[in-house]
Amino acid sequence: MVGSRIAIKFAGAAGQGVESNGALLARTLARGGLHVFGRKDYESRIRGGLNFLRIDVAEEPIHGHGTGIHLLLAQTVEAVEQFADVIVPGGGVVYDEGLDVDQAALRDRDIVPMPAPLVKIAKEIGGRPVMAGAASVAVAAAVFDFPLDALLETLGRQFAKKGDEVVDANRAVARAAYEFGSQTHAAEFRFHLSALDDPPERMLLDGNQAFAYGALVGGCNFVAGYPMTPGTSILEWLAGHGASHGVVVKHSEDEIAALNMVIGAAHMGARALTPTSGGGFALMVEALSLAGMTETPAVIVLAQRPGPSTGLATRTEQADLKFALSAGHGEFPRIVLAPGSIEECFEAGWRAFNLAEQFQLPVIVLTEHFLATSTRTLDPTAFDLSRVFIDRGALLEGQELDELDVPYVRYEVTHTGVSPRALPGHPKAVFAITGNEHTTTGALSEDAEIRVTQHLKRMSKLDTAAAQMRPPSWYGPDGAEHTLVCWGGTVGPAREAAALLGARGLSVNVLQFADLWPLNHEAAEAELAKAGRLIAVEGNATAQLASVLRAELGCHIDTRVLKWDGRPLSPDFIAERVAEEV
Amino acid sequence: MVTINDYKGGMEPTWCPGCGNFGILAGLKRALAEADVEPHRVQLISGIGCGSKIPHYMRANGFHTLHGRALPVATGARLANHGMKVIVVHGDGDGYGMGGNHFIHAARRNIGLVDLVQNNAVYGLTKGQYSPTSPPGFKSKTSPEGALEQPVNPLSLALAAGATFVARAYPLDMEHFAAVIRQAMDHPGYALIDTLQVCVTFNPAQSYVWYKKRVYKLEDEEGYDTSDRASAMVRALEFGDRIPTGVLYQDAEAPSYEDRLPALAGGPLAERPLRHLPMEAYEAIKQEFI
Repeated sequence: MVGSRIAIKFAGAAGQGVESNGALLARTLARGGLHVFGRKDYESRIRGGLNFLRIDVAEEPIHGHGTGIHLLLAQTVEAVEQFADVIVPGGGVVYDEGLDVDQAALRDRDIVPMPAPLVKIAKEIGGRPVMAGAASVAVAAAVFDFPLDALLETLGRQFAKKGDEVVDANRAVARAAYEFGSQTHAAEFRFHLSALDDPPERMLLDGNQAFAYGALVGGCNFVAGYPMTPGTSILEWLAGHGASHGVVVKHSEDEIAALNMVIGAAHMGARALTPTSGGGFALMVEALSLAGMTETPAVIVLAQRPGPSTGLATRTEQADLKFALSAGHGEFPRIVLAPGSIEECFEAGWRAFNLAEQFQLPVIVLTEHFLATSTRTLDPTAFDLSRVFIDRGALLEGQELDELDVPYVRYEVTHTGVSPRALPGHPKAVFAITGNEHTTTGALSEDAEIRVTQHLKRMSKLDTAAAQMRPPSWYGPDGAEHTLVCWGGTVGPAREAAALLGARGLSVNVLQFADLWPLNHEAAEAELAKAGRLIAVEGNATAQLASVLRAELGCHIDTRVLKWDGRPLSPDFIAERVAEEV
Repeated sequence: MVTINDYKGGMEPTWCPGCGNFGILAGLKRALAEADVEPHRVQLISGIGCGSKIPHYMRANGFHTLHGRALPVATGARLANHGMKVIVVHGDGDGYGMGGNHFIHAARRNIGLVDLVQNNAVYGLTKGQYSPTSPPGFKSKTSPEGALEQPVNPLSLALAAGATFVARAYPLDMEHFAAVIRQAMDHPGYALIDTLQVCVTFNPAQSYVWYKKRVYKLEDEEGYDTSDRASAMVRALEFGDRIPTGVLYQDAEAPSYEDRLPALAGGPLAERPLRHLPMEAYEAIKQEFI
């Protein structure tokens, strides 16, 4: 491998298989033991436009995407023209020989044109033009001198469900295209990728899949949702595992129904989840308030995308933090978590349910398109299932209810604010609850004193929960001169940016806030006291986390590196901007 | 043996004297007692309005939710514990206005709920505005020159949406009303009971006397076949000098949504432990990511 990283970009129109071809190569490289980071970029359309998928590859773990690319796999002339600028000197472009690409212009820029008979091989050897995708991946593997076996194995796994005939045809196409690539273009291409000897098994997955898997392992057994990018794949993944793992997954008529279904299911004792994005969450806000008032555990994933309104439907942003913190009429406690990595998405998947049941309130998990849809390789031990535990909080078991000798009281006032919770269905605990203000038994009440007592009881859960919220986490050198303050998917690129800046002689570390609400003031202040000069790094226009920290802790962060063009903050972008600021 | 007294409890109703809700409350309790269902096996889900306070006025599990959202809350409740009787009680503003979309989808989903809609053709709790079922020309605080829209026809809408049990009831005929509720409770899927409720304060025109002259029972009509959807549609469109009550349509063979869900084959979610499979079944999923 020349240099520490290699980047490959697949680009083409929607519907041309950019994503599936990219996934095939990413899995192939992972099978060879390499670390991969994959980022999708697509428009909100089914056909046409210009989609791309970028894969960064290295022998060590990667947390963000770079800028330059070494190999472009282009499916249209437009893709070549659009991305030629970012190809590094000596890089190459693989494309079908039928495309009218200006080879001389590429050569002038020290880029190797690599036309290949992709469609021809697909048709003549595979019998189906769609196999041109596998052919292009094979040419890429060939020019990098990456072993063909890893690709053949990956094809076997990928098409196993479609039967031997499909597997064999794809493999034959891959062999032919690999041979063509080796003989025709490999000698001229100076970048190489090698598989590790005896490569370890690596998982390749995105934040949504990790969250959904974590939720499943954490006992989630009810999901209701309405498709909305980028939350949809959580709904789809759990739907795919519902029948086998006993999870009811309901594609609801709208997001209003989704959260109300979750509340109904959770009230009866399910561990219930709804995934959505900003527009859907906007529709859920009234129900969120109902969950707060009735103290019903509910988990909501708010996978952010740029607004306002439909905004940039398939792109990324971190602009719903304040919305998540304040959504809903009236005052009620909630917990807001913002995982910053795929590992943290998995953990949030089960931890959110524990918190929701321990404190009997809605938990909002904030992610964003970048984290939700970017893939990364992980060691299978990164998800340690033996660490996953289920804590249902003050839930009364049937036997405890059997022994009750006084009528059950749902909203008993306690010093923690958490009242013992019974599930409907037990003869000793027949009770009614309401979104109206209520007495300890759940009966309607307009009494001022009861109002104050019950409101304080509910709100006191925030203090109880805050004590269990984790402090912000550090990455990079201790006691650095500059500290990047960030949250969510921006954390990965910020970590890489700190390393890039470190290599340039600047002393930079990263402080990540993941348990965003309720803020553990003491813990946050203790960590902030160790920080260097603070720089807010966020994917929004108003530095929302910085604003929350100022309101909560009086902490001023005047230097800001912000991005809200719908594209994720890359390590290079953060590093350049930070270098300008310091 | 369950008796009406088992359902006695809660607060004193705040309804106006003569309110049709008294009859609905009594009929509901009677039907539950007659069906021999214990109060702890019942989950009432209501919306917002005078009648939606019903869970507070009787002894059963209750959830007094949001305006228009009783059906999705009930859908979630039923899917989480289909071993319990889940009964939705809400008004025409809830069911046919705010929750109109949920109504259509609950019907076509055939989820096992009893959907008792207290239809008084007016907004009572907010003190007298016209409702989705108010007749054309109905004068109210928000329609001072008279309502311009056609009223929602809940029965034809439910039939069109694929409902498998469509009924109308008149609670003043308590025995008949309770019998319709029992039939709805026995129905495996979604069961609509459009319940003619008198609002003596804000819609005095549709009074007990007015209804008494008009309502008739379909079971008294010779040869009426509740399995004939087309005939049901004809009766559904009848609302004037004659108003049909009883079961207009029923397809008792149609399986409920929950009966068709593979995830529920092992019994109600609430009665199963969370994460009920051996850990290997979860560990094995990692192979899908490799």
